[in-house]
Amino acid sequence: MRRGAFLWAAALTAYAFLYLPLAVVVLFSFNDSELNASWVGFTTRWYTKLLSDDTMLHAAGNSLFIAAVSSTVATVLGTMAGIAMQRWRPRFLPFLVLTPVAMPEILLGVSLLLFFRQVLDLTLGLFSILAAHITFSIGFVAIIVRARLAGMDESIFEAARDLGASPWRTFVRVTFPLILPGIVAGFLMAFTLSIDDFVITFFVAGVGVTTLPLQIYSMIKVAVTPEVNAVSTLLMGLTLTLIALATRFAPETLKGAR
Amino acid sequence: MRAPSSTAKGPERLTRWLVTLPPTLFLVVFFLVPALIMAAASFREPGEFGGLAPLAGHPPTLEAYRFVADPIYFRILAKSFAVAGLTTLLCLLLAYPLALLIARSPKGRRNVLVLLVILPFASNLLIRVYAWIIILGPLNLLYSPEAVIAGMVYVHLPFMILPLYTNLEKHDPALLEAAQDLGADAWTRFRRVTLPLSLPGILSGSALVFIPVLGMFAIPELLGGTGDILIGNLIKEQFLDNRDWPLGATLSILLTVAVLGVAAVSAAFTRKAAP
Amino acid sequence: MALLEIRKVTKRFGQLEAVKDVSIAVEAGEFFTLLGPSGCGKTTILRMIAGFDAPDEGKLFLDGKPLAGIPPEKRPIHTVFQSYALFPHLTVAGNIAFPLEMAGKSRDEIRRRVGETLELVHLADKGGAYPHELSGGQKQRVALGRGLVNRPRLLLLDEPLGALDAKLRERMQVELIALQREVGITFVFVTHAQQEALALSHRIAVMRDGRVEQMDVPEALYSSPRNRFVADFIGNINLIDVEVRHSGHQGLQLAAAGLGEISAPPLPEAMEGARGTLALRPEHIRLTHPSEKPELKNHFVGTIREYLYLGDVTVYKVALDNDVVLEALATNGAPGRARFHEIGDRVNVAWRHDAGAFLNR
Repeated sequence: MRRGAFLWAAALTAYAFLYLPLAVVVLFSFNDSELNASWVGFTTRWYTKLLSDDTMLHAAGNSLFIAAVSSTVATVLGTMAGIAMQRWRPRFLPFLVLTPVAMPEILLGVSLLLFFRQVLDLTLGLFSILAAHITFSIGFVAIIVRARLAGMDESIFEAARDLGASPWRTFVRVTFPLILPGIVAGFLMAFTLSIDDFVITFFVAGVGVTTLPLQIYSMIKVAVTPEVNAVSTLLMGLTLTLIALATRFAPETLKGAR
Repeated sequence: MRAPSSTAKGPERLTRWLVTLPPTLFLVVFFLVPALIMAAASFREPGEFGGLAPLAGHPPTLEAYRFVADPIYFRILAKSFAVAGLTTLLCLLLAYPLALLIARSPKGRRNVLVLLVILPFASNLLIRVYAWIIILGPLNLLYSPEAVIAGMVYVHLPFMILPLYTNLEKHDPALLEAAQDLGADAWTRFRRVTLPLSLPGILSGSALVFIPVLGMFAIPELLGGTGDILIGNLIKEQFLDNRDWPLGATLSILLTVAVLGVAAVSAAFTRKAAP
Repeated sequence: MALLEIRKVTKRFGQLEAVKDVSIAVEAGEFFTLLGPSGCGKTTILRMIAGFDAPDEGKLFLDGKPLAGIPPEKRPIHTVFQSYALFPHLTVAGNIAFPLEMAGKSRDEIRRRVGETLELVHLADKGGAYPHELSGGQKQRVALGRGLVNRPRLLLLDEPLGALDAKLRERMQVELIALQREVGITFVFVTHAQQEALALSHRIAVMRDGRVEQMDVPEALYSSPRNRFVADFIGNINLIDVEVRHSGHQGLQLAAAGLGEISAPPLPEAMEGARGTLALRPEHIRLTHPSEKPELKNHFVGTIREYLYLGDVTVYKVALDNDVVLEALATNGAPGRARFHEIGDRVNVAWRHDAGAFLNR
């Protein structure tokens, strides 16, 4: 079937387009050469170099800490927002929750920079990064939780009340177990977003704190060495695992995603 | 005698407030307020060593706006729109066949295929840009407008694929069968049935690509030459390099207005396409 | 004292009055049905009984005590929802155990009662299954079991058989009747399917636009509808415009244009000269060959216009000489013969003097 063949060819091109560049990055992280130009031989020395690079380890530690804290807070607030949006349809909450997700990241970063420095006179650092990450992650968690709730037969909540459960017990015994997969998926997505974030963190990090993406950025600007390939590969592996996990818990992640 | 219209109104109200308040409060403080501050900052004068000059002795002014009225800024804004438009178009052309294929695949395979699309998305923005640096560098194609476009398309392609796929997946196959039954060939079926029905998906995907591209600065900075800066780069310069915050704020307001405009147009079209 | 009393209840949603001044008393052990087209207010009443909405005027009483202010979880009333509303994350046994857990029963008692209920609804081997693994009929029975396990004072059923196919629906109707008689719990059933209501109920309240049009046992509703709406809503009926010529305690003499005199059962309120409708059931009309001598009081001649073959019965549309078209029902008593009359046949159309009912409106 001619049309089928055309579709397949186009699709394969698209997949190739998506994967080849990244494959190159991963491949050359094992290249025994300072340059990323041609393949010389297999080595893992770039990875060993990474593990002894203090700045890198420090940045990784920061990234993990920030991701863990911000995704936890974002999950709690985002779950509340998702439930609220589905249950009571408040008028302004959707705007507040979804706009940080939809707008260009630079605007969020810059406005938070202004806010922290000009109004709060706060030194930029861990706190500002945390606040920024939570702000844009809330929307993601809320979308996933709301999608999960929307997919359920609404009458089961009334049924629980009807059968003797108080509103609190309805939440504990019926609502929460049913949205739990969504909450977990939201947490994983928030974690991924936080670890990967560059633009917003770039503006609110200040001088003292560095994260993995910021570190990668400065490395790229200075010199293009396979160390960057190595840390990129590791980072990719981590976020890949997290996203795959998230979609296992809640397939809605794919639909509601950016 | 008037009874309350629900048998337990008090606790329900309380729950509603307890659940809605924390996220609302957080977002008002860390999103809404900064946005308003940004708008206010555009009317301030720049401080001596950067930042904003104190209000005392430096009343609000339209200085920054006058500065921005210079055609050079609008040229950069126009260029940003052009880049965003071209990126969106290229993403659409690349994404449509792929989304169509995934949507037409048998159910089990579909999820795998979608996952395969998302996984590259799992990588950091910088990594995806970096990949192009090491590919284009040795080919001497770096630091050019083409490199910027390539990078933009590459980074944003998944944002076009997913909404398109979500829309296409919902198409009732019976419609195409009916069209075929009534005498339409493959191209006509696509043109008269699939394409119009996929319009909401196209619009949604286009908005999800166009808007972020408008604000990008990392890609032009890392992949483009000196002549390729876009409005995002300008903003970044003002806030971090020149420290002329009022100008930066004004440029941000400009960008915000542009984004709102695009969103409004997209919403209007979506309403027309799927009332 | 009635088990459930709904006293002069009105419920408004904005401008719309969904329930208008309705009063109903349901006796203990009854299978009571609220019957009516969609939008008539029957589901609203059910929700008020369950506690999800409160009346704007009037009151509800259970066992003589007012229900106002008592939230749904504290009322000894359970509901079987139209969509079954089974908890997807609990097994069948878990679903049925839920109300018992809410009531704080001991583990042993829960296990015992769940087992009994599974037997009662014929799902003894499905205790460990999850709702998404069950068929529609099975889900229905789980919902029933879940509503009954805690022995509520009242079980509310909101069009529970709506999603089932015809054969299954019939089977479930039989099971429901048996279940209710066996358990003895009072049922308040909501449906728009009049045949279902007739088959299941001890008493029916026919509703339209928020009001109760007629409340009675099925036989009375069927044979003595009080107005056109009830007559037309329940079963099939012929409606003939008539005028009262004479009203006495032997019966009514009615005149229909072009037909002459019709005898009908007595109705004291009917006054001479009043205009109204004669409501006549198709099965009460007898069609005979023109050569046979008419035996019944009301007899006319007509032509068969069309017929509808339904297997066990055939419905004939007969045009009387004044162009009034009546539907007559005849059972296909002899095997092999599809019908007794062909299109175009001339037939005698007759019915008893005490068949039919005169309706004022």
